[in-house]
Amino acid sequence: MIKHLRSAADLDAATATLILDTAAEMAALSGREVKKLPALRGRTVVNLFYEDSTRTRISFEAAAKRLSADVINFSAKGSSVSKGESLKDTALTLQAMGADAVVIRHSASGAPHRLANWVDGSVVNAGDGTHEHPTQALLDAYTMRSRLGRLDGLKVAIVGDVLHSRVARSNVLLLTTLGADVTLVGPPTLIPLDVAAALSKSTKVSYDLDSVLPDSDVVMMLRVQTERMQDSYFPSAREYSRRYGLDMPRMRKLPEHAVVMHPGPMNRGMEIAPEVADSPRSTIVEQVANGVSVRMAVLYLLLGGK
Amino acid sequence: MAQPRADAPSKIILAGSDLHRVVDRIAHQILEKTSGATGTVLLGIPTRGVPLAHRLAARIHAFEGVDVPVGSLDITLYRDDLRLQATRALGRTELPAGGIDGLRVILVDDVLFSGRSVRAALDALKDLGRPSSVQLAVLVDRGHRQLPIRADYVGKNIPTALSESVKVALTEIDGADEVKLIGGLT
Repeated sequence: MIKHLRSAADLDAATATLILDTAAEMAALSGREVKKLPALRGRTVVNLFYEDSTRTRISFEAAAKRLSADVINFSAKGSSVSKGESLKDTALTLQAMGADAVVIRHSASGAPHRLANWVDGSVVNAGDGTHEHPTQALLDAYTMRSRLGRLDGLKVAIVGDVLHSRVARSNVLLLTTLGADVTLVGPPTLIPLDVAAALSKSTKVSYDLDSVLPDSDVVMMLRVQTERMQDSYFPSAREYSRRYGLDMPRMRKLPEHAVVMHPGPMNRGMEIAPEVADSPRSTIVEQVANGVSVRMAVLYLLLGGK
Repeated sequence: MAQPRADAPSKIILAGSDLHRVVDRIAHQILEKTSGATGTVLLGIPTRGVPLAHRLAARIHAFEGVDVPVGSLDITLYRDDLRLQATRALGRTELPAGGIDGLRVILVDDVLFSGRSVRAALDALKDLGRPSSVQLAVLVDRGHRQLPIRADYVGKNIPTALSESVKVALTEIDGADEVKLIGGLT
C-alpha cells in the first residue's frame, strides 16, 4: 500500500480498486446503530486546513472518528498562521505532537508534496490550489460505480472550468487509470489544450456541450468559481450559463441511465439548474455520503497496517 | 507464528465425504443443543467460515426443515494484530434481515487455534447488536489457545505441534473439500 495520497496519479488501477472495494464495506457502517470501528484506535489524524471548507473537512473528520482515531482540527484562521508561521514550522509542530496522518488543504499547488518531506506520518491531499483533490475523484468514481455498476468504458463528460479545477484534474487521472473515457467540455479559455494533453493522452476535448450529452453516461458539472467571473474567461455569467449550464432541456438529451454529478458547492442557476440538481438523476447528495466511506477507506489503508 | 515451508510434508486428515459427515454431525449437534435451532442465526467468519455456515444451514434445513438465517461477520478491523501486519483487505459483514438482537448467534469458523479471531468476532458482534447468547462452531480445533475460549461444536480435534499448520480447503472457494496438516517433524 502507498504511504501518502498526494495525487490521483499515486494510484494504480489495483490500488484504486482496493480503495473503492474497501469503501463499499465501510459504507455498510452507516446503516448500523454503533457507527464506529476500532481500526485506528490511538492514532492521531490532523486536519490542516488553510482554505475554507465545510464538506471536505467534516467528511474527513467523520471518517477519522468513525475509525476511532483522535482528530485534531487546525484551521489557518485563529492559529499561529495568522501570526505569520510558515507551513514548515507548522509541520514540525505537528510532527512533534506525533500526528500519524495529516490531511491538508492549501491554496498553494504542491503544498502536500512539500509537507510529506517534513513529517513522518502519511499525508493526504484534501485539495491543493488548482492542482489536485484525489479523495474527491475517488468518491466520484465510487458514486459512478455504485450507480452504473462499472467504470471501465464509461463515458464521462467533465464540464466547466477545467483550467482551475483540482477536481477535474484528479478525476481525469483516476478515471483514465480505471478505464473510463473522459471528455472535457467548456469554453476554450478554460480548457487549454496543453493541460488536457498533459493530464492524459486519451482525454478528448469539446467546446460544444450539446453534442457531447447524447453519448455520455456521466456528466460532471464543475463549479464556476465566482472569483473567475471578473477575470474575463467568458463574456458574462449569463452567456456561460446558456452555453455550458445544465438545464432541463439539456438533461433530456442524456441517455436514460445517465447520471448528473457536481462536487459542490453548487451555483444553482449558473452551471446547474435547480430542477436538475434536485432530479433523481443527480447524485449530489449521494456524493457527500460516499465521501465519508471513501475517506474511511483511504485512512484505513494508509494507517491501518504496519 | 512461523509457517511451515511450502514444500513441507503434509498429511490429509479429512477429505470429501468424511468432511461432509463431520458437517452433518455438527448440524445434528446444533439441532440437539438448541432444541431445534429456533431463534438461531449462523454467522460465518470470512473467508472459509462463510461457506461452512451456509452448509450447516442447508443441512439443518434438510434434517428438520428449519430455516436458519445465515450471515457473515468480518473481523479484520477488530483484530489485535492489525497494526503488526501489512494492511489487510476487508471481508464482508452481512447480517440477516432480522438482525441478531435477542437471538442465539452461532459463530462459524474453519480452524480454532489461538482464539484471537474469536475474541475479535465477539468484539465485532458487540457493535452490531445484542444477541441473547453466542456459541462457536469450528470444523477443526487444533489446540494452542492463547485466550480462555472454547468451541461449543467441534468437527474434529487435531493435536498439532506449533510448527505445523492446518489448512482447510472447501469446494466453494478452493475447488475441493480437504483438511490438511502441513509441516512438523515427521
